[in-house]
Amino acid sequence: MREIHIDKITATVAELCIKACTVVAPDIRAHIEKVVQTEDGLARQVLDNMLENQDIAKRERMPICQDTGMAIVFVEIGQDVRIVGGLLADAINEGVRRGYDEGFLRKSVVADPMQRTNTKDNTPAVIHYNIVAGDGLKITVSPKGFGSENMSRLKMLVPADGIEGIKAFVLETVKLADSNACPPIVVGIGIGGDFEYSAIMAKRALLRTLNKPNPNPYWAGIEAELLQAINQTNIGPAGLGGKTTAMAVHINTFATHIAGLPLAVNLGCHVNRHEEAQL
Amino acid sequence: MIKEIFTPLTDNIIAELKVGEMVHITGEIYTARDAAHSRLMDMVALGEEMPFEFKGNIVFYAGPSPAKPDQVMGSIGPTTAGRMDLYSPTLIKRGLKAMIGKGLRTDEVRKTIKAHRGVYFAGVGGVAALMSQSIKAVDVVAFEDLGTEAIRKLTVQKLPVIVAIDSKGDCVYDDR
Repeated sequence: MREIHIDKITATVAELCIKACTVVAPDIRAHIEKVVQTEDGLARQVLDNMLENQDIAKRERMPICQDTGMAIVFVEIGQDVRIVGGLLADAINEGVRRGYDEGFLRKSVVADPMQRTNTKDNTPAVIHYNIVAGDGLKITVSPKGFGSENMSRLKMLVPADGIEGIKAFVLETVKLADSNACPPIVVGIGIGGDFEYSAIMAKRALLRTLNKPNPNPYWAGIEAELLQAINQTNIGPAGLGGKTTAMAVHINTFATHIAGLPLAVNLGCHVNRHEEAQL
Repeated sequence: MIKEIFTPLTDNIIAELKVGEMVHITGEIYTARDAAHSRLMDMVALGEEMPFEFKGNIVFYAGPSPAKPDQVMGSIGPTTAGRMDLYSPTLIKRGLKAMIGKGLRTDEVRKTIKAHRGVYFAGVGGVAALMSQSIKAVDVVAFEDLGTEAIRKLTVQKLPVIVAIDSKGDCVYDDR
């Protein structure tokens, strides 16, 4: 059985937090560079600002956005791995604490949803664990800002609502989000499973690289159709009008109950931060 | 050529601002977001004096990231203005005329802005390293315990914003 020491996990999480918040992912960069050519007026100016902002953030090693988010961490643990030196959750939270301190990232977490005292180190992280085959450990950190998170929605549709019901709810969600979600957005959608599993699928859908459609042609078609419909809303970059409201629509699905059609829509902003590492 | 406006904003400056135009703000502005607004409301209810002069000043809905040792300001940008909608009419009636945020406001906020001849500017969300370059000095003026949510006086030079609701009540998001 392979052993992985928690110190390595802590160092990795810290590094991922800083990188995700300061360096835009190549797929997002390339997409903005492409769509800026298709816009004019305010929309073009906004997209130009986004590119310039990414350059400054990278050069100055400072956050792309002041909202450096709550740290959402996905861990895939190979079942042949043994974590040594302490608790995995403690190691991850220590990594978040260190990354947010050393990276001069904003501490945006309050300890209690009503008493709202800032924990001052951005912990705790929201951690999702999965046991997988092998002896590897994959860690993905998604620092999630709440401009877009607040505009996300979930609905328990019924089978009779069908694909039209799904499309209508997704479009409605994007329209309600409007400029608040910091468009051009990535739309993560989870369909099926149960209540909470649909939401986790939607969040995972945001982690997918752009231009990688769902492997199932039916769902790939729905993704393309929804993207087109969303980009016809004229919400545009920063909500100031234009052709580019979303960069991508990603759908993940799972088996569900005969009575159900759970649907979750999780929105990601124009930076859609996530970074991963394989240990 | 982008128009530059200077604080404190006079009624004349505000009256000349037209919805949809980009302007650069130079002068002093104040940050306040959710937690600071909640405290300001308590102070209004108790009849206390505000921690800074509202007249002519601009409130920026923002909570910056920490500055590095060699920086004046970390990353800074507008947060969703809608979360301040419950508080804004009270503060506008108390003399606040100008706000910077991101996104749509309620009809009530819009009507109150119009009635008091104020202005709401929108910044582009998530271009916070860029916006930070416009900040030349920072002082915490109230609620230091709130950390990023404290009220800070910012000295800004050519801070880029868009007139989102002008003093006539016209709104940039209507034109889409």
